[in-house]
Amino acid sequence: MNHSHTAESDARLFHQFADMEQQHESWSLGMWVFLASEVLFFGALIFSFLLYRSVYWPTFLEGTHELDLVIGGINTAILLTSSFTMVLAVYTAQNGNHRMAAFWLIVTSLLGLAFIGVKIHEYGLKWEHHLIPIQGLEFEWHGEHPQQARMFFSFYFTLTGLHALHVLVGILAIWVVAYRVAKNHFGNDYMPVEIMGLYWHFVDLVWIFLYPILYLFRA
Amino acid sequence: MNRIATAASEEPSYLGGEHSIKSWLLTKDHKRIAVLYLISVTLFFIVGGIAALLVRLELLTPAGDLLTADGYNRAFTVHGIVMIFFFLIPGIPAVLGNFLIPLMIGARDLAFPRINLLSWYLYIVGGLIAVVTILLGGVDTGWTFYTPYSSVYANGAVVLTGLAAFVAGFSSILTGLNFIVTIHKMRAPGMTWFRLPLFVWAHYATSLIQMLATPVVALAILLVVIERAFGFGIFDPAVGGDPVLFQHLFWFYSHPAVYIMLLPGMGVMSELMAAFSRRRVFGYHIIAFSSLAIAALGFLVWGHHMFVSSQSPYAGLVFSILTMMVAAPSAIKVFNWTATLHKAEVRFDAPMLYALGFLGLFLIGGLTGVMLGTLGLDVHVHDTYFVVAHFHYVMVGAVVMAFLGGLHFWWPKMFGRMYPQLPARISAVLIFIGFNATFFPQFVVGYLGMPRRYWEYVPEFQIYHVMSTMGSFVLGVGYLLPLIYLLWSLRYGEKASENPWDAVGVEWLTPSPPTSHNFHETPTVVWEAYEHEMFPGSEVASGRPAAVPSHSRLAEAD
Repeated sequence: MNHSHTAESDARLFHQFADMEQQHESWSLGMWVFLASEVLFFGALIFSFLLYRSVYWPTFLEGTHELDLVIGGINTAILLTSSFTMVLAVYTAQNGNHRMAAFWLIVTSLLGLAFIGVKIHEYGLKWEHHLIPIQGLEFEWHGEHPQQARMFFSFYFTLTGLHALHVLVGILAIWVVAYRVAKNHFGNDYMPVEIMGLYWHFVDLVWIFLYPILYLFRA
Repeated sequence: MNRIATAASEEPSYLGGEHSIKSWLLTKDHKRIAVLYLISVTLFFIVGGIAALLVRLELLTPAGDLLTADGYNRAFTVHGIVMIFFFLIPGIPAVLGNFLIPLMIGARDLAFPRINLLSWYLYIVGGLIAVVTILLGGVDTGWTFYTPYSSVYANGAVVLTGLAAFVAGFSSILTGLNFIVTIHKMRAPGMTWFRLPLFVWAHYATSLIQMLATPVVALAILLVVIERAFGFGIFDPAVGGDPVLFQHLFWFYSHPAVYIMLLPGMGVMSELMAAFSRRRVFGYHIIAFSSLAIAALGFLVWGHHMFVSSQSPYAGLVFSILTMMVAAPSAIKVFNWTATLHKAEVRFDAPMLYALGFLGLFLIGGLTGVMLGTLGLDVHVHDTYFVVAHFHYVMVGAVVMAFLGGLHFWWPKMFGRMYPQLPARISAVLIFIGFNATFFPQFVVGYLGMPRRYWEYVPEFQIYHVMSTMGSFVLGVGYLLPLIYLLWSLRYGEKASENPWDAVGVEWLTPSPPTSHNFHETPTVVWEAYEHEMFPGSEVASGRPAAVPSHSRLAEAD
């Protein structure tokens, strides 16, 4: 067995692993397997949405027109930018520059917060337009099939709500990682940042699917 | 290799060392977590068993006399939810898999010990929520949560129960994640994929299902909870929703979930067959791949639960054919186990009796599964006791037999004590007899037309229900006996040697019970799976009787 790793990485080595390489590979695989599970979670929901959309497409199309393309576009831009800053965080961490890595992590999390803020604003607009499909609230729909529109907005809130929840969890996790990176808890071990990046890119990717199916399919 | 010369025997076992409750509740040792799981799944087995007892007592007479109609619905729902989500799904993987996978592949622990502990806590939180719902009166939806029973018409705590299943699902996902990474990345030098014990292969296949199917049911249940809590209309036909979509999402998980329960049991079977016939399992590679085949095909057959829903008959046809295809890898396993026994010197110790019981019960459960997979017959017996009998044969008969067989096999390793053989053999036989007495009459009464979930029935069927309830008492005694003598053995049992069954596998090179870090020195594997001749801990190889404890065997391994 190879015991030649440095003293610094030894301190980062958990007892169950033989060496840092094994530890890194395990962490990375663990996150990929978790994300595979997440794909099925969102996949089932997106599939259900597309199924109903194919059945009730005229009303769902009207529903799409109720969503604000500009607001959705701004949020898409914000998330894509945050993925870029996350890449910078991973890159700087790999180069051993932990201060810059922490900086880019914080920037990423702020962009995430901006995304949430825009989302809250958007939800507020739906509230003003009486498009919240919760029982007991007034749901105003001038089209032919208010029931189907309710369903569209049920999916809209479930899809974007679960996605926003993932963004929030990501922001909290980024703060923990950023704090520990800033304190140089990880030394040369850039793996925590890399794994954080995997998760964040996944959440970004989910939005890349949600944006077209909710906002862009207009004709 | 740089060996540090201290004897492994001087280190305290994982059970020794710290004894405080805190040291147990905050443990990251996979072996202690396995013991925590063993205690908790046993408690839930008792809860689910009490509900089953209520159901069987109610059905003694054709009139609804013991429970109200609603009470009966709640009793079978508690029975189903507790037994499936809190006993069968975590049962073998979280107890035996957790304890054994690192030992079998020569690792010091699972890849993520903290996540392992977290998964136990999630299981407990889910379980406590389930217990609270039972105390609040339970739910009447059946374990399947079919909409609109669960969304519009249910009059119980559906939201809480859904939450319980959701949280338990997370626990299951995390266990699967841990196993996949551990099996990929933590194998000892020389432990190639095709030297892995078949138990590990089976758990690998199980973990794939846990990771890829559980999120779908989590979503389905979440949607029901949202629908019920906020009035979103995703499955509600009154607003254009489709209740059958729920069934699709539900069975996309819940059929593969049968294999989450069954595959680890099949893994136990392969180990028992090899150990007690003292030879290599016949067709090692085929059995390993058949586990993966079952996992893969298992994803494609969910529609056979929905032959009488509005599903297209052409889809039904495809699902029917695919269902029969799953029978092939299952049959391959049964044939290969039987071939392993052929002309072997089979020893009939208690674990082997459980294994043979598995063979018998799984054969009946599996073959009736093929019957149910045929479209015409399924329409005839759909929602009758024929179906109830079939899935109990597989999920309870076979799986609990395997669970107990595995527990009896590895008990000396887990706790360092032998249990008395005679009561263990008696209980294996009692369970086999009791199980058949309980559930075989249900095939008959179901075929004659007794619907499931009925609380009253026509008097002609009473004789079958009386047979069934009587059988369930025998079965109950069979299940209770191990609880008594296994607990007894913890204190009074004879001390177990390292390898009391003279079996082949890395876990048998560790002391019984193992030390906290499993291996003093990472073992190097130089033998094929189940190969007695090359195995350093084997009688054949060392010329020593297996009963003599020896701590030098580990050293011989490298």
